[in-house]
Amino acid sequence: MDLVINGETRNVDLPPDMPLLWALRDGLNITSVKYGCGIAQCGACTVHIDGEAVRSCQVALGDVWGPVTTIYGLGTPDALHAVQKAWIEHQVAQCGYCQSGQMMQAADLLANNTEPSDADIDDAMSANLCRCGTYPRIRAAVHTAATTLREA
Amino acid sequence: MGRAKTIARRSFLIGSAAILGGVAFGAYLVNRPTPNPLHDDLGEGEAALTPFVKITPDGITLIVPRADVGQGIASTQAMLIAEELDIDPATATLDPGQPHQAYFNGSVASESTPFPAWDHGRVAETVRDLMITVSRLTGSQFTGGSSSTADLHETLRRAGATARETLKAAAAARTGVAIADLRTGDWHVILPDGMRIAYTDLAADAAQIDPVTDVVLRPATEWKRLWKPYRRLDIVAKSTGTQDYGIDVVLPDMLHATVRANPGRGGAMAGYNADAALAMQGVRSVVEVNEGLAVIAENTWFAFQAADALEVDWLAPDYPASSAEMWQVLEDAHTEDNRNSRLRDDGDVEFALIGGEIIEAEYRTPFLAHAALEPLSATVLVETDSVTVWTATQVPHVVRDAAAEITGLDKAQVTLHVLPAGGSFGRRLDHDYVVQAIQIAASLPGTPIKTTWSREEDMTHDFPRPLHLARARGAVADGRVVGCDLDTISPSLVRSWFGRVFFVPPGPDVMLAWGAFDQPYAIPNYRVTGYAAPQLMPIGSWRSPGACSNSFFHEGFLSELIHAAGDDPLAERLRLIDDADSRRVLEAVGEMSNWSGADIGAGRGRGIAFAHTHGVPVAEVIDVTMTDSGLRIDDVWIAADCGTVFDPVNAEAQLTGAAIFGLGHAMNCELTYENHAVQQTNFHAFEGMRLHQTPRFHTQLLGLAERVRGLGEPATAPAAPALADAIFAATGQRLREMLFSKFVDFA
Repeated sequence: MDLVINGETRNVDLPPDMPLLWALRDGLNITSVKYGCGIAQCGACTVHIDGEAVRSCQVALGDVWGPVTTIYGLGTPDALHAVQKAWIEHQVAQCGYCQSGQMMQAADLLANNTEPSDADIDDAMSANLCRCGTYPRIRAAVHTAATTLREA
Repeated sequence: MGRAKTIARRSFLIGSAAILGGVAFGAYLVNRPTPNPLHDDLGEGEAALTPFVKITPDGITLIVPRADVGQGIASTQAMLIAEELDIDPATATLDPGQPHQAYFNGSVASESTPFPAWDHGRVAETVRDLMITVSRLTGSQFTGGSSSTADLHETLRRAGATARETLKAAAAARTGVAIADLRTGDWHVILPDGMRIAYTDLAADAAQIDPVTDVVLRPATEWKRLWKPYRRLDIVAKSTGTQDYGIDVVLPDMLHATVRANPGRGGAMAGYNADAALAMQGVRSVVEVNEGLAVIAENTWFAFQAADALEVDWLAPDYPASSAEMWQVLEDAHTEDNRNSRLRDDGDVEFALIGGEIIEAEYRTPFLAHAALEPLSATVLVETDSVTVWTATQVPHVVRDAAAEITGLDKAQVTLHVLPAGGSFGRRLDHDYVVQAIQIAASLPGTPIKTTWSREEDMTHDFPRPLHLARARGAVADGRVVGCDLDTISPSLVRSWFGRVFFVPPGPDVMLAWGAFDQPYAIPNYRVTGYAAPQLMPIGSWRSPGACSNSFFHEGFLSELIHAAGDDPLAERLRLIDDADSRRVLEAVGEMSNWSGADIGAGRGRGIAFAHTHGVPVAEVIDVTMTDSGLRIDDVWIAADCGTVFDPVNAEAQLTGAAIFGLGHAMNCELTYENHAVQQTNFHAFEGMRLHQTPRFHTQLLGLAERVRGLGEPATAPAAPALADAIFAATGQRLREMLFSKFVDFA
């Protein structure tokens, strides 16, 4: 079947009940999408489908309803998204394994709320687990990215 | 891939500088004494090695042998070398290197001797030196114990300086200019007339001369990079999804595997039926591995599905089946027979505990998982005359030895690619998952196979933090704490973990009593006794091992005594502390938080705790508020002193991250067992801390302590007792058992 990933059409020959997560990781070698729990409890696998943040471990390949955006589609080292710039400026990452998912979640939040409060950030981001405890910097980086996007 | 590459790299490490047309600085130092003062006490022929810088015509490679599990040590290592080498480390290639004696870590073993870290007396230092020698001779290349910076900071700066001075000597020989007239800067040797020669252009010349090891390290006042905020070298990759971890290895024609092991860890397998699994889509084979079975398939998802379909007849392991029974084992172990250590015995505790006001308490901490977010994984390719392993590990030397042993090949035929880890917290100090991956790959020579544990397998087959019990008695008189007698009871971590990856050192298990016996209090009558309970299941080092439980017991009980004495928690600690560095961090945290007592108003509370772990004194103050939705942590103040702070941005991250780790698990986490199986198999039942519970943090590193220490762990231990103390101040309820959410609703 065909998937549109970061604007590019890719063909995968995998069963429709396979989670999108594993189709991306093992089928297409898109390893920036991380496996953490497999049951929507950590958020490491977060991607956007049709602009909305979803847990790719919970979306069956056959149910993908629109174009998929991964962290590569959000921005690249040469063309950073405001969220990625803020993540770099605040040096958020420690191990970094959760951070692709955190940034995809933050980008979704900021697309819908240009001036989130701490409480808004808590609501939007608390389902994304970070075992290293980078939360204080995540909070600060979301505020910085929000400011950048408002001023853009 | 390369066999050629394998040979080249090995040859480089044994000192043949001609390979790759490069220069292996420091490899020349094999078996020669070095000017490194950390190793001055080594005897004839017991040289410290500094093979950390390789320069070829194509570029500069910095060998950074301590594993980066998220603590940022790859950057710190590179920065230490680069400061003396005069390069921007972002322009160099970082390589963890192959496991080698040259990269031994002396600190893990030397800090496991039965002396408090603040004891710099002759006996303590002599025993530590002996353990450093043992570590060197055994080539123990651990990353752990917050030891990397402490162990390597001089070695790495010296390696950078040696490389720089050797390049200058090569430039002098080529140009005829005296060395004294040469300068270096930004990858170049600079001549008096301003002419610049790139280091890479000097590689071949430098390879022909003896390295200049008589170097003087630059003073801190001349540092251009260290001690200032700088950007982690991996921060762009980790902010753009371009960082590859151990689990992300992709190789041509690679197959995927997963493991299903006995849920009762250590139990055997009576038999199995793999027919259903083998009939499933994409499944290639089922193989027996340590502790259970593995499925090899075309992708990880197929392997997971098939592993679930395996029918296995597991046998029970030989320890009690449930948490309740295991707690009974600990209670029963509180006997003279099991007494393992009494490393603190000041004054006359028995006499002090006769009469007066006697306080008694019992404290408990549960099993905990490491649960790094990246599940355990390793990729292995076994060929006729080589084995190649890609994985994230803190024990590369152990992995190399296991690969050789399992395949029957020579250690020199093993190539190990140590990749960044998506967290560890001590889990990757074990290599069980790599052993299985090697066994799996050995079943299909010539095909690279990536083995990935499911989260459920990762939680079920952790080497958890052990459950830990303490019984304490204390006395107060005339408004002072005058007696404290703490018995700490747990299975022996040293026997379990060291037994798997090193050797069990003689003498008492100091880790069992870390965070208790080694606290710098001068309580007049003061005793800490360790009891080693029967072993139960295998256990492991969990961020701040021993101290993550003992500090909760010790500081919690000390708070009870201080309260009974009617004293201020900060003032009485300051009165009792007998160590200048420790006193300063307590004073600092008091100033930072405007300390004026535990009472900060109705429905609120303020707590404090102190711990001296991994050589670092840390004091933490925590404010909490009772809200309609539960108890909320508002603010955390942390003062610590690890000596010189090379990497301040990352140091702050380690302080807050370690405190969050300590708080989140104390509040929300435990592992419990029924029928030998872990009941918390995924993050729905083992959350740690999430963003909405995260308080504001205020940190300060004093930078005054004489010795440089690491910060991966030290802020963990005092976090839980500081929170318990704050909860007591707010509610009057004294928490003596984790997890706290059994007793308190958190917002």
